[in-house]
Amino acid sequence: MAYVAVKGGEAAIDNAHAWLAEERRGDPSVAEIEVAQIETQLGRAIDRAMGEGSLYDRKLAALAIKQAQGDGIEAAFLLRAYRTTLPRFNHALPIDTETMAARRRVSAVFKDLPGGQLLGPTYDYTHRLLDFSLATTGADSREVASETVAASQKMPRVHDILGHEGLIEPDHRTGAEPGDLTREPLSFPAGRDIRLQALARGDEGFLLAMGYSTQRGYGGTHPFAGEIRQGTVAVEIVPEELGFALDIGDIEITECQMVNQFAGSKTTPPQFTRGYGLVFGTSDRRAMSMALVDRAMRAAELGEDTNAPAQDIEFVLYHSDNIEATGFVEHLKLPHYVDFQSELESIRRIREASATTE
Amino acid sequence: MAVLARAGAEEIAAGLDRATRLDNAGARPAHRRLRGPETGLVMVRGRIGGGGDAFNLGEMTATRCTIRTECGHTGHAYVAGRDARQAELAALADALLQDPARQPTLLQAVIQPLADAQQAAAQTTARKAAATQVKFFTLAAMRS
Repeated sequence: MAYVAVKGGEAAIDNAHAWLAEERRGDPSVAEIEVAQIETQLGRAIDRAMGEGSLYDRKLAALAIKQAQGDGIEAAFLLRAYRTTLPRFNHALPIDTETMAARRRVSAVFKDLPGGQLLGPTYDYTHRLLDFSLATTGADSREVASETVAASQKMPRVHDILGHEGLIEPDHRTGAEPGDLTREPLSFPAGRDIRLQALARGDEGFLLAMGYSTQRGYGGTHPFAGEIRQGTVAVEIVPEELGFALDIGDIEITECQMVNQFAGSKTTPPQFTRGYGLVFGTSDRRAMSMALVDRAMRAAELGEDTNAPAQDIEFVLYHSDNIEATGFVEHLKLPHYVDFQSELESIRRIREASATTE
Repeated sequence: MAVLARAGAEEIAAGLDRATRLDNAGARPAHRRLRGPETGLVMVRGRIGGGGDAFNLGEMTATRCTIRTECGHTGHAYVAGRDARQAELAALADALLQDPARQPTLLQAVIQPLADAQQAAAQTTARKAAATQVKFFTLAAMRS
């Protein structure tokens, strides 16, 4: 049944939006929040809006959060809409996470990781007690300790450590050009390139629930957090008119290498497999969930049973995008008078027909 | 360009003014815009598993500008974000750097101080990270 548009109601809509603006501003006796305050003090909300909006721009994300009154999905929607107004210059060279300026790097499998384990500014090991000193502004923060560091060094990836023994699957490079969901609609079978792009911009709650479901036995993969690293990497592009690589600045990212058990097959000896997570900004949760779901969706490729939701590539990819999901769910509240009228008439006819036959 | 891409418009402007004061090559030449400054998107890519084939991670904003000085040098800039002034000043610096008479002063007055500041900021972050380096000890086996 088609959705039929309605006309009218302009004055009411204008008034509703004016009221929304007043609500957004809130109590005028309280100072208006500045975009710069959101940008610098609500970093995790910004990371999520940029991830789900699939657009890295901290200032724009801060503005979107202000405009959306903190509604993360609405903010991501605003970023997605904004990106359609801009031309695409280029694609970047793949970022090299081995050269990341890491502020956090932890491994749950190697305690003596070459390059060391860095906790970084983490919520891990906090007691999750509300800190009432934050209820007033101007509280002194503790001075942050610093240590001398050796000259910057590349940090080997976890699979490079086990890789030389052949105990963990290696990366494969064929040089294939990746698919792009912003250019071509989703189609199946979807390669791992497309799956990772979809997961990187997927709803965090959905990724978390799907990843959690694999841990609870719906497509279990026996995961270990091989390595999580957070920090900044340089983005390089090769403009056509120049023909050489230009470094255009840094972005903050979080990467997760999940290491999973694998029994082996006729052609492959037993070895660890891996799930991969890479997300904009700082979010262990998002990167880890992505890595769990990436690995679960490789079940068919690795000859495992595929009977759990997280292993169903179509199910995951069709439902991971919260902009599409919210559009389809929320459109139900828009006027459907003609649809409903026709259904009402149908049900009356059926009842009349059954009454006359009795 | 890596240094200019990470510098604010005001920092580049201040550096260029400093270079003009120091420079024996005379006043900074006028320039005109050939393209932009205009903001667009760059698709950021990662690698599957960290080292495999590329995949598209998501887009970022970037601003580009191309200018030509009246001396005939063409400067290009692509910088992350949406700061049109930063992109234009970076393109101007790029053009001026191609002038052998101006290059040493520009390197000294614009690029080096910015590079030093960026290096210092990166060092500060690395030092804070180093202070959170952790040594975990394994206790007696939980499962005997």
